[in-house]
Amino acid sequence: MTAPLAPAESPSRVDELQARIRGMQATRLDSKAVPTHPVFEQVLPGGTLREGTVVSVEGSTTLLMALLAGPSASGRWVAVVGMPDFGVEAADRFGIDLERLVLVPDPGRQWLTVVAALADVIPVVAARAVGRVAPAEASRLSARLRQRGGVLLVTGEWPGSDARLGVESSRWHGLGAGHGQLSDREVVVSAGGRGEFGRRARSRLRLPDRALGFRVADAATTTDARSSREPVRLDDYERPAS
Amino acid sequence: MSVPTRTIVLWCPDWPIFAACRELGLDPALPIALTESGVVYACSAAARHDGVARGLKLREAQYRSPALTVLDYDAAVDVRLFEPVVREVETTVPGVQIVRPGMLAMRARGPARYYGGEDAAAQALLDTMAGLGVPGARVGIADGPFAAEQAARAARATAVGIVAVGASAAFIAPLPVGLVTDARTTTLLNRLGVRTLGEFAALPEADVRRRFGAAGAFAHDRAAGREQTGVMARTPPPEFEVLQEFEPPLDRIDQLAFAFRVRAEEFIDRMRAKRLVCTGIRVELDDERGGHSSRSWLHPQWFTPADVVDRVRWQLQGTGTADAGLASPIVRLRVVPERIDSTGNHEAGLWGGGPDERVHHGLTRVQSMLGHDGVVTASIGGGRMLADRQVLVPWGDRAPEHTADRAAGAPWPGSLPALAPASVFRERLPIRLVGDDGASVAIDDRGAISTPPARFAVGGDGESPVRAWAGPWPVVERWWDAEHAKRVHRFQIVDHDGCAWLLVRDGDGWWAEARYD
Repeated sequence: MTAPLAPAESPSRVDELQARIRGMQATRLDSKAVPTHPVFEQVLPGGTLREGTVVSVEGSTTLLMALLAGPSASGRWVAVVGMPDFGVEAADRFGIDLERLVLVPDPGRQWLTVVAALADVIPVVAARAVGRVAPAEASRLSARLRQRGGVLLVTGEWPGSDARLGVESSRWHGLGAGHGQLSDREVVVSAGGRGEFGRRARSRLRLPDRALGFRVADAATTTDARSSREPVRLDDYERPAS
Repeated sequence: MSVPTRTIVLWCPDWPIFAACRELGLDPALPIALTESGVVYACSAAARHDGVARGLKLREAQYRSPALTVLDYDAAVDVRLFEPVVREVETTVPGVQIVRPGMLAMRARGPARYYGGEDAAAQALLDTMAGLGVPGARVGIADGPFAAEQAARAARATAVGIVAVGASAAFIAPLPVGLVTDARTTTLLNRLGVRTLGEFAALPEADVRRRFGAAGAFAHDRAAGREQTGVMARTPPPEFEVLQEFEPPLDRIDQLAFAFRVRAEEFIDRMRAKRLVCTGIRVELDDERGGHSSRSWLHPQWFTPADVVDRVRWQLQGTGTADAGLASPIVRLRVVPERIDSTGNHEAGLWGGGPDERVHHGLTRVQSMLGHDGVVTASIGGGRMLADRQVLVPWGDRAPEHTADRAAGAPWPGSLPALAPASVFRERLPIRLVGDDGASVAIDDRGAISTPPARFAVGGDGESPVRAWAGPWPVVERWWDAEHAKRVHRFQIVDHDGCAWLLVRDGDGWWAEARYD
């Protein structure tokens, strides 16, 4: 334990270490799960979104819609802030109930205030972050989310998000050189973050599949060390480091 | 048997035409027809001169009067514009019954005594109408509303027709029998040789009742001048509207909102005192330069004073912000309740409203930050282009009516297959799509492309190779209408990063309509 870490690997090592510690220091009682589409079983720890979390979603509106579809199907309201290009028809076909969907396409500079106001009443809010968000504002909002049991899905810069989902690569099927039509897509979704999201996991998903649903492409889920489902133990971690 | 009530009928000929002209600012002297489900409902004097008549088919009416202006008949306009007339007449003669918009009935005894004779009373009513700017009003006085109406219709040049007491039966006797009976009975009576009201009245009452039932007996009473119905005077409805004049005129929204707050509370409290809630209001604003703005606002639940002030603010604000100055100072603000309901229908549950009520309050808060259009709900409408298919309605409003006939489920030849793009650009992005030789891909009239697309760039970005593509898929819209006709070609492509795009080629060039991301 006394040997100093190699300088090259130290920053990433320290980050990882801190993430582990934060994960184990989660002192609050187990928060409730928000029903999520079964396709995220391998992607998210425990297979669901937890109330009071902030999740960064990068690079795909379909991925965002897939995350919204589960809560919407279970009767929750969802709100989308600052995304004027959000495709309503796609949202409907992917299983988001339009009766319980609220759009705020142009919140302008007040977007953070709007998100905070919506988070009070709407359990799942998706927002596009514009400009830099001060860490103090972000933590105030996450405190509010924890209190209200809401989930915030953010695209764009967000300091201190609990998890980060992104699309690493995407491959469309059905379209050839001058013939066919788009039918389904295979994407590699990477998940990372802090706490229980500590490990980076990659999953192959079909977003969307041929039946306009979401499906896991195959069982091969790769993680860089061990399965994310396994509980983390401190001594387990320290062995390779010493 | 009781003697029919002596009745005054005040009639404004062609009221629907007059109301429509006043609403739309047209000249009533032009040939104008109002249509309802394809047939003429009312027409102006000029149109009647050309041979247009009620019940005529639209095509036939246009044939007879080529310069005819055709408008849709709107019963609400009739009633709305008649309301101030009724109110003014009530100040001249109280106890007025609205027979229909454009026709009023009232008892003759009181006004005749007050004005010193039936003639003077009729003249007082005509002066009132002239004061309101309603031309050509007529007055008929007779025993019973039916006879008085016929007297008003018969009075052409003098504008006042008075039938002496007891002479009503003789007065209406030569009129056609169709005035009191429905079309089927009229035909039957005509075939029986009964053509006038006098002849109908001459039939024995018991026989008429036996043959034509209660409706026939009622008609028979009318024809014989023994009308039993009297005048049912309306109770003037309570006044809820509020009007506030600003002196000096106000040119800032926040000032105006603050000044109006007290009146808004009064407005709601007055309704609450009558156990009513308001679910729709109309806000009318007049500015210093003579501009007028009027708009109806609905509320998903009911208006509170703060909601009313918000609607006034939003109407003033348009797209600007709350602290912006106005183009012209506001001199007058009027708020009229449009939909009123009993509080009983809007009672909150014993344990408070459901979760949706919380959502509503939260969304209303966001709306008061961003404006009425800031928070929208979405539904899917019909159409071929993706932007047409998403219908966004501000929170609290109902979907516009025209979306109902553009059903999403109807076949829209040329619309996209089931997979819908996740991002639909509100404004299409300009793109470049070029072939191997670097020339832009062109499509000829037969729908053949000049060269297969090879490289693709969005806006000013660098070009990247196209991995897969399909198209062109033509979309032809409204080809019969030269002004709105649209002919575009669609392409789906997959770019180098594995992202799929929906592209559109129109007369101006290549655009990205949506992205499958």
